[in-house]
Amino acid sequence: MIAPPPQLSAPGIGDSVGHDLLEVSLGPHHPSTHGVFRMDVVLDGETVVKLTPVFGYLHRNHEKIAEKNSYLASIPYTDRLDYMCSMTNNWAYVLSVEKLAGLAVPERAEYLRVIVAELTRLFNHACLAGFLLQDMGALGTPMMYAFREREKILDLFESLSGSRMMCNYMRFGGCRCDLPAGWLEQAAKVAADFAPFLDQFEALLSENEILRARCEGVGVLPRDLAVNAGVTGPGLRASGVNYDIRKVDQYGVYSRFKFRVPLGGRGDVFDRYMVRILEMRESLRILDQALRDLPAGAILNPRVKLRNLRPKAGEAYGRIEAPKGELGFYLISDGGPAPYRYRVRPPSLVNLTVLEDMCLGHAIADVVIILGSIDIVLGEVDR
Amino acid sequence: MHTLEQIMARVTAALPGVRLEVIPNASPANQASLLLDHEHAREIAKFLRDDPDLRFDYASNATGVDWPEKTVKEKVKVKKIIDGVEKEAEELAERKTPGFLEAVYHLYSMALGQGPLILRLRTGNRTDRVALPSLTPIWRSCEFQEREIFDLFGIEFQGHPDLRRLLMWDNFADHPMRKDYAPADHQEAKP
Repeated sequence: MIAPPPQLSAPGIGDSVGHDLLEVSLGPHHPSTHGVFRMDVVLDGETVVKLTPVFGYLHRNHEKIAEKNSYLASIPYTDRLDYMCSMTNNWAYVLSVEKLAGLAVPERAEYLRVIVAELTRLFNHACLAGFLLQDMGALGTPMMYAFREREKILDLFESLSGSRMMCNYMRFGGCRCDLPAGWLEQAAKVAADFAPFLDQFEALLSENEILRARCEGVGVLPRDLAVNAGVTGPGLRASGVNYDIRKVDQYGVYSRFKFRVPLGGRGDVFDRYMVRILEMRESLRILDQALRDLPAGAILNPRVKLRNLRPKAGEAYGRIEAPKGELGFYLISDGGPAPYRYRVRPPSLVNLTVLEDMCLGHAIADVVIILGSIDIVLGEVDR
Repeated sequence: MHTLEQIMARVTAALPGVRLEVIPNASPANQASLLLDHEHAREIAKFLRDDPDLRFDYASNATGVDWPEKTVKEKVKVKKIIDGVEKEAEELAERKTPGFLEAVYHLYSMALGQGPLILRLRTGNRTDRVALPSLTPIWRSCEFQEREIFDLFGIEFQGHPDLRRLLMWDNFADHPMRKDYAPADHQEAKP
């Protein structure tokens, strides 16, 4: 069923110069929409006068499925939310269950979580930069360079968890398995090689005149609107709001690491690109410290019942700074083996609230890069 | 960080006539919530957002919960006259708790770094009194999330600028996240 068409009879639209508006349905099968996402765009010439996002093409009612499953059985399902970043999805979910049931996590597991989460952030941001440049017309090269680096990190994940993308790695009270032999050295090497890659990437692109002309001043997101519309993650910080949940909540062991929170000034597409590049450099700093300080010890709290976990009746909301923004899980337990209510707070969906505001008045070619700069994954938007 | 009681005191001092109720939470997360009354909900939300001491400028999560009608069986002690002697006896009594739908909001303050403050709104029942005031005019972040609640739970948000289904298609009739939802073509796998 197609959504009702936008009201073209609104005063001021189209009637001023006596020409017609064109309604274009961008997607759901369009490479630039990064999945099955549709935008109904109303154009005046090439200028966007109205944009309506249409959701639901990938809806499978993840939340309902989780209400039928045990707490443990939902962990692999969370991998499929933001299918680029299964590690951070796992973390947000197990963090909420740990809050709900009051479970402690061994120190080594906390460090391992930080390491895999920052590796995830690295390749998520690198791929986003690659995709964004692809959307701008830099065909092939930046994305292939980003995917080359991603491949190295996915190899690490594969040797750690057995799967490249659907890692299913974390458990309530720790992690599923310890590091294989030689993993730490390999990870340190990948991290060490990442900085030269970033330098090369930036030398190619960040100062590139065409790139700057294409994204500076495009898709500006004002600070107040960003806060009110619940935008989180790099998109929020590009608008100049210093809000990073790693700093605010200090979940896990993030309070032990030194890192800065990069901020943008104008909140345009270029700032959102640049904030991510800078965040990758901070992630490398965290990785260095975490790999250096990783303590020995257990990786799983032995007192936690993984199977047949039955938290006391009550509720909890836990959230982490996922690469795309605030990923939260809201769980209600009625004392049974499955959650009474299981809710995913998806950063990708909430960040799309301001898509229309950012696109109005820009050319249709800019819509594609504005959407690209928000960084969405439809597995999480539609759930 | 303000405690829930301090926040309640501030709200009731500034807005006389509001009815607030603390909903306790027994889990170790210790996240109790505030139940708002319908008439003042938006007024309270606006105050929470704008008050310089609270400044809950960021509504992170908005979601629905379905609480169907429940029959609770309880043992009740009653006094009975058995064989002319008054004795205390236990009797099984059934008590019905009415069903309702609930909207839950998790607020944080980006300006002051505090939170979460959890707000709840409850409908009168699950059939014909399912309207709640929308908080989208206060926090735009609720726009899609309230549409999702409308879609999956069937709560009608009054004052929402664009209340349409979000994930299901427009002529879909039911609300899949309700506890009693059964898909039309559902077939149980037979062992």
